[in-house]
Amino acid sequence: MITALNQTGLLTGRQLRAFLRMPSYLVINLIQPIIWLLLFGALFKSVVDIPGFSGGSNYLEFLTPGIVMMMALFGSAWAGTSYIQDMDRGVMDRFLTSPTSRGGLIVANMLYQAVLTVIQTLVVLGVAWLAGARFGGGIVGLLVLLLSAMLLTFVFAGLSNAIALLARQQTALIAISQVLAFPLMFLSSAIMDTKLSPKWVQDVALYNPFEWSVIAGRDALQSSPDWATIWAHLGLLAALVVVMTWLATRAFRAYQRSV
Amino acid sequence: MAQPSSSLAIEASELRKSYPGARGNPRIQALDSVSFAAPAGTIFGLLGPNGAGKSTSVKILSTLSRPDSGGATIAGIDVLRHPDRVRKNIGFVAQKAVADPMDTGRENLVLAGRLQGMTARSAKARAADLLGRFALADAADRLVKTYSGGMARKLDVAIGLMNHPQVLFLDEPTTGLDPEARAGMWAELETMSRAEQMTVLLTTHYLEEADRLANNLAIVDHGRIVVTGTPDELKNGLHGDAVFVELAPDTDLQAALGVLSRVDGLAEVIVDGRTLRGRAAVGATALPRVLGALDDASLRVASATVARPSLDDVYLKHTGHAFAVAGAPTAVESESAS
Repeated sequence: MITALNQTGLLTGRQLRAFLRMPSYLVINLIQPIIWLLLFGALFKSVVDIPGFSGGSNYLEFLTPGIVMMMALFGSAWAGTSYIQDMDRGVMDRFLTSPTSRGGLIVANMLYQAVLTVIQTLVVLGVAWLAGARFGGGIVGLLVLLLSAMLLTFVFAGLSNAIALLARQQTALIAISQVLAFPLMFLSSAIMDTKLSPKWVQDVALYNPFEWSVIAGRDALQSSPDWATIWAHLGLLAALVVVMTWLATRAFRAYQRSV
Repeated sequence: MAQPSSSLAIEASELRKSYPGARGNPRIQALDSVSFAAPAGTIFGLLGPNGAGKSTSVKILSTLSRPDSGGATIAGIDVLRHPDRVRKNIGFVAQKAVADPMDTGRENLVLAGRLQGMTARSAKARAADLLGRFALADAADRLVKTYSGGMARKLDVAIGLMNHPQVLFLDEPTTGLDPEARAGMWAELETMSRAEQMTVLLTTHYLEEADRLANNLAIVDHGRIVVTGTPDELKNGLHGDAVFVELAPDTDLQAALGVLSRVDGLAEVIVDGRTLRGRAAVGATALPRVLGALDDASLRVASATVARPSLDDVYLKHTGHAFAVAGAPTAVESESAS
């Protein structure tokens, strides 16, 4: 167990080093959330005036946690990319023929993605604050928002890794980011209050893990959060993290059968 | 280290492995009952063309893949029952590069050592030692993506050596290298095998490489081991020299084959393209008789050569087709040096 934790730390470090060595990638990761926040913020500014909108009177404040989760979702959908590169080379096979923990390989990539999510979240919050958004949740609210974004990241990074190991092709990851991530985003309250959406959208959103993270994150930023709702949704996300980590670790067996 | 009483470092018995064929095609039998054994402390060469089953054998022995049937032990440990224990005792250099291009050479080595359970201090010391040994010290702190092909491959081998493995797997360590880098790698591997107390399983499709580096050889063809032995045993088993006679255009090959088959002291005559190959105890004395007989029959000769037996001849004898024909970029003329 100590060994596996140690290995996880070493492998997370490897990915962070590579990330810091690609300054252009770093810049894209920081600029992207700003663009989404300001574009959506301007485009949908007046939805708060629609009768029945229940998300408060400032759209930017409503949107900010939605953009945080969008960044986490889109980033983690690509998490498997680094393992596809390792598989294209002999790096993955070398890890698998050494006493490296399979779970450690998966968790290291999840943690690396979570670090990116935390950085992006702080950028989004900073930009939103500069643009005039104010949140009443304080430091606890901020930490819960980060926790929710990290759990969402773990879920989709796990899924992305599992798919990478099974399909071994970058195109498979393009498929999940396009076919899965966009519908999940629109079937949620990330950019629009679902109370104004058709009934079926509200029903589907109940089962949407992305929506769970948006609800928990947005509620945590309120001055009087509904903790029961928050913990219920965080619990659901945490359960899904366990399932996805297990699935991704199992996917190594399928990969080893195919090599 | 619990070294079992057996002094075999690698023992493979009746390994079989098949892969699903492309859509609708039958399964591909990559290994069809492969058995061999490598004594501890030696370099064992698996020689064969692409697709012969060399990499599949290495993947099974290094615990990456599992056979459909059969078994194997590494340093006496069962690869199917105790893969975790095997992994602590091996180094694995895949056919593809095993170094991470976005890390430096030193970072790659230290990470590999630490994943093997070494402390940070001993991993750093071992890395520095190997970087010096492979003449990579100057490039140690550069990203691997800036390395030349030869440097990157040397780093791959160094990564495989980090944990002082009992068995090192080298899957085609020189494929893709230019001749100069290949010669450099051979020298490194010879030095390394003397310095480290270990067994090396080397796969190659270069005959010269197997001849020069391997103590023992197995020739693999179509998922089967066709013959095993030391390079000398295999060559001596051919009894004598190879005689090559290339016929002029429009010369009757069948008539020439008939003539040569009757030449005293010449055996195993076969046709390979427009060349007739035979074997003689002493090539120099057989050649005049061969040319005389062809001349008597008015069959014109374009060229004639005598060569000491090479592994190419061993390969030809046991597989029925020339090695070069099987897809390896190996020229026959370079074989006569041995």
